[in-house]
Amino acid sequence: MADEKFDVIIVGAGPAGMAAAITLARAGMNVVVLERGVYPGAKNVQGAIFYTKMLSDIIPEFWKDPQCPMQRPIVEQNFFITSDDSFVKVGYRSQKWAEEPRNCYSVIRVEFDKWFSKKAEEAGAQIFPGVTVSKLLQKEGKIIGIQTSDGEELMADIVIACDGVNSMLAQSIGLIDELKPEEVALGVKEVLALPKEKIEDRFNLEGNNGATIEMFGKITRGMLGYIFLYTNKESLAFGVGVKLSHLQKSGMTPYDLLELAKSHPAVRPYLRDAKPLEYSSHLIPEGGYHSLPPLYSDGFLIAGDAAQMINPIHREGSNHAMMAGRFAAETAIEAKKKNDFSKASLSLYQKKLEESFILKDLKQIKDFETHVENHMDLLTVYPEIACESMHQFFTVDGRPKEDIRKSIFKNLFKKKSIFGMAKDFWGLRKAL
Amino acid sequence: MSEQKPSVNIDEKLGWLTYKNDHQSHIQIKDADTKTSPCVIECKAKPCTTVCPARVYVWEEALHKIVVNYENCIECGACRMLCPFDNINCHWPRGGFGVQYKLG
Ligand SMILES: Cc1cc2nc3c(=O)[nH]c(=O)nc-3n(C[C@H](O)[C@H](O)[C@H](O)COP(=O)(O)OP(=O)(O)OC[C@H]3O[C@@H](n4cnc5c(N)ncnc54)[C@H](O)[C@@H]3O)c2cc1C
Ligand code: SF4
Ligand code: SF4
Repeated sequence: MADEKFDVIIVGAGPAGMAAAITLARAGMNVVVLERGVYPGAKNVQGAIFYTKMLSDIIPEFWKDPQCPMQRPIVEQNFFITSDDSFVKVGYRSQKWAEEPRNCYSVIRVEFDKWFSKKAEEAGAQIFPGVTVSKLLQKEGKIIGIQTSDGEELMADIVIACDGVNSMLAQSIGLIDELKPEEVALGVKEVLALPKEKIEDRFNLEGNNGATIEMFGKITRGMLGYIFLYTNKESLAFGVGVKLSHLQKSGMTPYDLLELAKSHPAVRPYLRDAKPLEYSSHLIPEGGYHSLPPLYSDGFLIAGDAAQMINPIHREGSNHAMMAGRFAAETAIEAKKKNDFSKASLSLYQKKLEESFILKDLKQIKDFETHVENHMDLLTVYPEIACESMHQFFTVDGRPKEDIRKSIFKNLFKKKSIFGMAKDFWGLRKAL
Repeated sequence: MSEQKPSVNIDEKLGWLTYKNDHQSHIQIKDADTKTSPCVIECKAKPCTTVCPARVYVWEEALHKIVVNYENCIECGACRMLCPFDNINCHWPRGGFGVQYKLG
């Protein structure tokens, strides 16, 4: 690799990096991708639900590819609102999601990264796994290349940082501050093997269709977060995402939290006899719009988790990353045409993001997490009220229904005033 | 809540994983001097010992210091922000070393 100057160096072979690499290579640009894992995916963890649209913008009709790594098209999505021993289910299933183009699929992230990087190689990008980039090289304030942890230097007109959450590259030149525990969630996950038929029986699925469940409330023990359970072909993905600052304060270990959630009645029957295959953990940047760093500087662009482009409400991260990676690549292609790699020239990237749904969505939900954090009753008191109300509604115990109705409301107002409820829920309106 | 804690065998979970271990650690405790270290003097809660999902940090009472089992690290990235006294120095392992997820 030495002594060659590239048009673009991409750091990180995740969804952002690969989307950028494919776009650049197809335009005939000389592009190299450096990835610290021994193979793409070796360091990566995701739920993982992939939305179809943003991938098919890059690889049209990807689902027809015989090697396509998609596990199950998701036809049903659920929320479980949990108290200590009960839960209310809210869900939606649609046959429309069983037809192409599907809304989203479950994937095994390492398989996906290997497949996606093969697509980038086929398009003409060079990928070097097992290379950790440790430094950006600068000349007169402009980024001109990178240095690897083994001291090797590579030069390029543009470097795109797709190095994921807590981007050390963007931090090294002061574009991003060190993240704070309030700005990230810690994801901890297990993949558990379960025979295909059992998965389809337990989740009431036909054929290869899949389902998702996200659980809120008491199951995260008073911490801001959620539990997820997704169906793969022959395994389940089960995990927790919890705000790091809350975990820090709780004194609880993330594996204890995960293990306790396994024994909750909302989870236990799904996981029965499932055999754990892998344990993993990764940060999720959840600072959102308020934490967005400057996204470009002279000769430098940032895309995906490195720029904290995640919408936690809709578990959208990989799709934003792919779209942003593509925009970064398109910006680099324009810059190359003009032979102008200055900050001004690269500002096109910001414009593209602003015009897309990514920044619009991030802006829309910018205060959501803070609101929930300041109204933690949403995750503790209300789930309990919901469960108790449903319990009374469905229990036949000889009381007249009018008494039950009164008792439900009495219980509600004992715990919350109307004014209190209005305040708790008003802030959520923009998130929905 | 603590009374409900299951006894999780984290070593068993880590045993499912593949690693390529480097002989040099990618994590250092900046000040480990028992006379001056915040681990000894100020840090009562020792969040590194509970937050790390791979139990890399273990407080050794007898030694008066945090022992760093860097070989267990699953590279979640939390190290860089979990110490309230900024006493942890953590980089990614050198290229090719560290955890190798098969599923992710
Ligand atoms: C538990 C969990 C569940 C999630 N669930 C979902 C979900 O269901 N749906 C969804 O869309 N999103 C989900 N996300 C978020 C999603 O995983 C990310 O948004 C997505 O991976 C971002 O892609 P990226 O390319 O920006 O970064 P990453 O995927 O993190 O890729 C960064 C790459 O850069 C490499 N790298 C980092 N530093 C260096 C360096 N210095 N030198 C060389 N290489 C480097 C890394 O090894 C990695 O391959 C989840 C995340 C977690 C943790
Ligand atoms: S959190 Fe920081 S100061 Fe506290 S014990 Fe751990 S390393 Fe030491
Ligand atoms: S990166 Fe994560 S797993 Fe590794 S030592 Fe730090 S907290 Fe533990």
